[in-house]
Amino acid sequence: MKMITAIIRPERLEAVEEALREILDEGDNFRLTVDTVEGHGRQEGEVELFRGKLVRVRRVQKSRISVAVNDAYVEKSIAAIIKGARSGEAGMVGDGKIFVTALEECVRIRTGERGGQAI
Amino acid sequence: MEPAIDPGSTAWMLASSAMVLLMVPGLALFYGGMVHRKNVLTTMMMSFVAMAVIGVQWVGFGYMLAFGTSIGGWLGWDPSLLGLSGIPHTRLYGDKAIPELVFVMFQGKFAIITPALISGAVAERMRFRSYVAFILIWSTVVYCPLAHWVWASDGWLFKLGVLDFAGGTVVHIAAGVSALVLALMLGPRRDVARGRTVLPNNLVLTLTGAGLLWFGWFGFNAGSAVAAEHPVAGAVAGLAFTTTQSAAAAAGLMWMVIERWRHGKVTSLGLASGLIAGLVAVTPAAGHIRPASALLLGAMAAAVCYAAVQLKAKLGYDDSLDAWGVHGVGGIFGALMTGVLCFTPVAGALAGNFGQLGLQAVGVAVAIVFSGLGTFVIATALKAVWGLRVEEDVERDGLDVIIHGERGYHFDQT
Repeated sequence: MKMITAIIRPERLEAVEEALREILDEGDNFRLTVDTVEGHGRQEGEVELFRGKLVRVRRVQKSRISVAVNDAYVEKSIAAIIKGARSGEAGMVGDGKIFVTALEECVRIRTGERGGQAI
Repeated sequence: MEPAIDPGSTAWMLASSAMVLLMVPGLALFYGGMVHRKNVLTTMMMSFVAMAVIGVQWVGFGYMLAFGTSIGGWLGWDPSLLGLSGIPHTRLYGDKAIPELVFVMFQGKFAIITPALISGAVAERMRFRSYVAFILIWSTVVYCPLAHWVWASDGWLFKLGVLDFAGGTVVHIAAGVSALVLALMLGPRRDVARGRTVLPNNLVLTLTGAGLLWFGWFGFNAGSAVAAEHPVAGAVAGLAFTTTQSAAAAAGLMWMVIERWRHGKVTSLGLASGLIAGLVAVTPAAGHIRPASALLLGAMAAAVCYAAVQLKAKLGYDDSLDAWGVHGVGGIFGALMTGVLCFTPVAGALAGNFGQLGLQAVGVAVAIVFSGLGTFVIATALKAVWGLRVEEDVERDGLDVIIHGERGYHFDQT
């Protein structure tokens, strides 16, 4: 089991969600968590105008999606997120990152099931 | 004999003028709450900017075009009114016993809010500079002539006997029809085109705005009693105030009942929409009908506007915030019903005078055709010069930060 966390542009969220749905939805909807986050990588914050002064906002608004998957779905999910989140063919600074981490345990609260079947 | 200045009338008209202006921020809040968070500022700006642009135009030459000496009933003209330079501040206006400058300001607030109403149909996708140019040209070549025809004592529709107490045709039909034409020319927002519903970013703003609109509307309608000569105006103001309250309340109640019946729940946005529909419909009728008639008019207007808003989804055009569905449809309904329910200064169809209903229909038809055509021509020209719509990526990322360089909310950074 892996936990896939991706930081993406908010405006690409819908596209990523649709791409993930294509591979993860097996007729029972699929599992996804989304937060609104702020931070920065190489992309600079956007410039705003405040009382005639140019202000560069230090942090950029991003969306963070978290999806737990069984090992067989890891590469497919990564490909789907890239497909949805990359700007154009070549991509742009600020398109975001995907982190894959080992997932030790997963428990469905309703039934107490554990492991891959609980995902 | 020149009447003496009447302190009561003057005070009420000054207060009314300020109340009508308060409707502009009210409208900004009403509309601003209903759009994406990323477009809240540009949406509110579209209302606020009318205060700056039309506020200058009206003093410069707008008042002259609408209320200057009539050229054959078609347009006002009087170079001494340019910049209001030829109006001594002591001069009274006609038989109204108020200073002319007070009348200029009262009418100016109407000129400001009318184009702002249109912005509800173009929200979240119209290019800001095209919008600003549009309202300036529209106010000059559509609003001012129409106001002259309907309200100036030499206007041809006024002389024909068309009743429009506070702006059902001039304000609401003109803005509503123009809104529909612009919405069709712009095409739907990208989310709507993809079958998504745009959820409001903050209905609390919308309800606050609806409350301010209702409050301001008492100035709008009861202030319009200035059309009657002094001292009758005071009594007419009381009538208009009462019918305004009655129609708004009945319409809000009716919308609640319809929603409870159709969906099982009463929504806050529904109640707010109902109130506004009632206020729109009673606008042309306010000083002409009885309070009980206003209750009926409001209730019926809510049903009609509810149907119009539902129909939008079926027809597929994107009148983002229902400027046509509420102001256009409610305005047409109210203007026609004025001809049915009126009792002063003339009787309506209910009392056997079907001629008045015919006159109202003429007024409605003229307003629809004139404002519709005018909007089409202005928008076609602007489309050729600047384009009407922002680029796809601007619409995606939000107009606030790209066009205005600001965001409405910085909750996490401040």
